[in-house]
Amino acid sequence: MARVRKLVWLLCGIGILVLGSAVLWQRTTSTPTAESEPAIVADFELTGHDGMVRTEEDLRGTWSLIFFGFTHCPDICPTTLADVAQVMDNLGPQASQVQPVFITVDPERDDVQALADYVPQFHPSFLGLTGTPAQIESTAKTFKVYYEKVDEPQAPNGYSMGHTSQLFLFNPQNELVRLFSYGTPPSEITADMEPRIAADSS
Amino acid sequence: MKNLVPFAAVAAFLMPAPLFAGSDDITVENAWSRASIGTSRPGAAYMTIHNTGEDAASLTGLSTDLAAMAEIHRSTTNEENVTSMAPAGTIDIPAGETVALEPGGLHAMLMQLQRPMIEGESFSLTLEFSDGEEIELEVPIRGIAARGPQD
Repeated sequence: MARVRKLVWLLCGIGILVLGSAVLWQRTTSTPTAESEPAIVADFELTGHDGMVRTEEDLRGTWSLIFFGFTHCPDICPTTLADVAQVMDNLGPQASQVQPVFITVDPERDDVQALADYVPQFHPSFLGLTGTPAQIESTAKTFKVYYEKVDEPQAPNGYSMGHTSQLFLFNPQNELVRLFSYGTPPSEITADMEPRIAADSS
Repeated sequence: MKNLVPFAAVAAFLMPAPLFAGSDDITVENAWSRASIGTSRPGAAYMTIHNTGEDAASLTGLSTDLAAMAEIHRSTTNEENVTSMAPAGTIDIPAGETVALEPGGLHAMLMQLQRPMIEGESFSLTLEFSDGEEIELEVPIRGIAARGPQD
């Protein structure tokens, strides 16, 4: 009887081991898919600062450097726009294969006219995009961009914005190839892009 | 009179360095700002503030006739690459230390502009310290896409 009990315990032990390792195996093999979030994709329908409707299809066939911001932003946004303008200048002839894009996260204040006044000042090839709050929200979702209103009593309309400040580089097939965090020197961005563009157009 | 305009622009370019009054222990260098489009959006100014004295200094406020409201703000970027901005409060500058107001960090936020910021011009900005000292400096206005004091 004692022997049988031992055998039962042994079988139970083996069972637990098998189950446990199966669970572990499952967990390790499924981890990558479980943790990998949906990819960042460019998927939008917005209005350009020229008043024309634009979608991601307008970016197909060209490299694009995309930044989200708002025109009432005195520090980060003009700095990044100036950095991107510097990258465009650095790229020389290759710049004709790059479309820099500024997408507002503040559609209430940044209408087409506000973007038309603002964005081309940094570089003539900049495309500014705005839309309805719903269009901006769904665009931000596909780019995994976060933004929020921050109370700022002295600012126009009483608010400022917090927002994702990285730069997105998409290739001519509209695939995300690189993210540059805020403050990446334009020389570094240029050095990253030059060989990609050269390889792509050769 | 016409001839004075380019002269003023050149003068502003040649003299970005210590323009101060009121305190021998604080020097301000490399002050600059960006041109604005009209007056509806806030502007920002940058500089380095050096405390050469033997006592700590506390920068408590700003004033300028260019903006109805001027405050030191700080931009911060978290690990998720989300950047936001908030008033920085009092800025302590220990003896012998330098505080940099530069893009992506501390900056003089100029709210409710009273006139447009025009490239090539400059404006007067007063730094107010806790001991009552004030330093007045001239901040050159660079282009809207300027990236530093030399642009």
